[in-house]
Amino acid sequence: MPKLIRVEPSKCIGCKSCELSCSFKHTGEFSPAKTRIYNEVFIEENAFITVTCMQCDEPWCVKACPKYAIEKNAITGVVVIDENKCVGCRTCVSACPFGMIKFAEWKNKADKCNQCGGDFPECVTFCPTGCLTYSEEDKPLRNKILRFVETVKEGNQEV
Amino acid sequence: MGGWQNKVLRINLSNKKISTEGLNNNWVKSFLGGRGLGVKYLFEELPEKTDPFSADNKLIFVTGPLTGTYGAANGRYMVVTKSPLNNFITSSNSGGYFPSELKYAGYDMIIIEGKSERPVYIAIYNDKVEIRGATNIWGKTTFETEEIIKREFHNDAKIACIGPAGEKQVLFSCIINDKYRAAGRSGVGAVMGSKNLKAIAVRGTGGVKISDKNAFRKAAQVTYSLIKKSPVTAEGLPKYGTAVLVNIIHESGLMPVNNFLREYIENVENISGERIAETILKRNKACMSCIIGCGRVAVVRGEKEVIGEGPEYEPIWSMGADCGITDLDAITKANYICNAYGIDPISAGGTIACAMEMFEKGIITEKDTGMPLNFGNSDAMVKMIEAICKREGFGDVLALGSTRLSEKYGSPEISMGVKKLEFPAYDGRVAQGIGLNYATSNRGACHVRGYTISPEILGVPEKFDPVETQGKAELVKTFQDVTAVVDSVGMCLFTTFALTINEIKDLFNAATGLSYNVDDMLHIGERIWNLERLFNLREGLNPEEDTLPKRLLETPVSEGPNKGLTSRLDILLPEYYKVRGWNKDGLIEKETLQKLNLM
Repeated sequence: MPKLIRVEPSKCIGCKSCELSCSFKHTGEFSPAKTRIYNEVFIEENAFITVTCMQCDEPWCVKACPKYAIEKNAITGVVVIDENKCVGCRTCVSACPFGMIKFAEWKNKADKCNQCGGDFPECVTFCPTGCLTYSEEDKPLRNKILRFVETVKEGNQEV
Repeated sequence: MGGWQNKVLRINLSNKKISTEGLNNNWVKSFLGGRGLGVKYLFEELPEKTDPFSADNKLIFVTGPLTGTYGAANGRYMVVTKSPLNNFITSSNSGGYFPSELKYAGYDMIIIEGKSERPVYIAIYNDKVEIRGATNIWGKTTFETEEIIKREFHNDAKIACIGPAGEKQVLFSCIINDKYRAAGRSGVGAVMGSKNLKAIAVRGTGGVKISDKNAFRKAAQVTYSLIKKSPVTAEGLPKYGTAVLVNIIHESGLMPVNNFLREYIENVENISGERIAETILKRNKACMSCIIGCGRVAVVRGEKEVIGEGPEYEPIWSMGADCGITDLDAITKANYICNAYGIDPISAGGTIACAMEMFEKGIITEKDTGMPLNFGNSDAMVKMIEAICKREGFGDVLALGSTRLSEKYGSPEISMGVKKLEFPAYDGRVAQGIGLNYATSNRGACHVRGYTISPEILGVPEKFDPVETQGKAELVKTFQDVTAVVDSVGMCLFTTFALTINEIKDLFNAATGLSYNVDDMLHIGERIWNLERLFNLREGLNPEEDTLPKRLLETPVSEGPNKGLTSRLDILLPEYYKVRGWNKDGLIEKETLQKLNLM
């Protein structure tokens, strides 16, 4: 099973280390406007949300690309842009329902998370709380189930 | 040079002229950035004896070369100006997201000059800078202001603004950014208010470039691992926030209670970091690039309903223990009002504590205050915080701070502070180092200019006996110089629980391409400290003001493990002057100025 960048929202503290490390690795600058992973803070709602490309099994961007410049790698599962083929037409940008592929005006190509192309993902390296992990197993989901199970268990004990 | 954008944004609000210029590179090399660079610009540009509220005063927002990068907690900026509270230099530090966004928009600093006739705000989108009308937001809270500007200008803008208290020039009003982060002390908000400047909103889509990327990444991995190892930055601060100190400082017997009359308060556990974690804390929250995350998102339901950040250790003490109060809901509410209206809770709490003592001694009565103002009265405390913010009734007197309040009623000895700035939450009679630091700090009684509590109480990086006077002058000088460096590169002071100048200089050198060693950095820290001193002397500082209130010098601690102690400033101050290379009257010796290239 291919590995994915997993997000555990309850562990996020809104430091944007993921955005900073992503942009620094891929553009050489610290620039949240150029990141491929997005960390948003909603204090009053008590929520910090981090999102990035989930490397869909049937990617909208792949289907939309008229130049066949985007491919889902059969082994790694990562959806990758071939910048030699990309003409910067932005069709993929409009096709992705999640906004996780964008047009990068600094190189006139489409740009998205490639899980650091074989390196260990930089955002996971620099995440200070373990909110981001890189694994085959969906641990955040497992933790959510365990929290639910815990609630049910406590309820049963009270009865 | 990497790390810098090499651009200063200069805005004159009198003639509405907006211009940009390159950074003065010689000054950058000699003063690093942030606090040091801001002080240098103010020192050179501000006419002598300028009235802080006049159009001539300048308000400088300045970042450091590390602001906007990663590596530990590199999201800070400084507001530098001449303080209306004491006519001395002030620099007030804040984090959040605004400072980094300013860098991403392409600026290292903004210099605000002049005074607008009508309320305005400044809207920055990269190189597009506008001065916009703010009549519709004048009078609004900081929270409302942020919402309105986001709707009007840009939803992703980061905003620094004043609340109604800054507009009304409460002498300890602050500048709030990102809703809960404050450039808090010594009245920077009042200066902004005097200029009729409600807010600065910035949206930046650029980035910060680095001289040596590989070296920077390596240096950052070192700082990450050190911060993740230190018990303070890896355990205490993330788990309990700064309020982790409540129990520690109270138990150590140096938490002042009832305006420094007492040293013990019943039920202190009700206001401890541990209690906050159990009750109102929902989660912790970081500033930009911070891997510590000391901020608290707190929720109080019911009559005193609050959702937001805070409270921190200092407000818990100033509006709590110092006023004889342990009602956490009331403190959280008061803290929220401070953020919404934009005042410094340390000075606000200290001033109310001073008024409470005056009330109990009959120096002021209900006729003055409009309500009973005894120690422990949490309802009155919250009402007075509101009255200060709105400058209503007795709040209008309190809005001038405890020095002016106590002088008005002929009892100046009751004001607890130095150079008109109220004390923070550690008794200088017990920790001799912090007492000396208060007496000599360039902006008045301030704990974040030389936090010797770290060695004296917490034992970090090594334990110093708090009561001992031997070696304290050197310790205070070192802490003050190190702090000047940290404040200037754009990092958070809390990183120094885990990092030394050695790691900080590695980040700095990799970012800028300079090659300073530890001694170079400390030399610059010393230079910054002395330039601030020169500024104050020029503006009329009498070195006799390097002192503490009589209560700390003559009245011993009344109870607890440190009963009987007083500050030994009589021994410490002459030593400190000597270590600093100042003469016995507190003036900087010529050789010292030469050594520091300040002539």
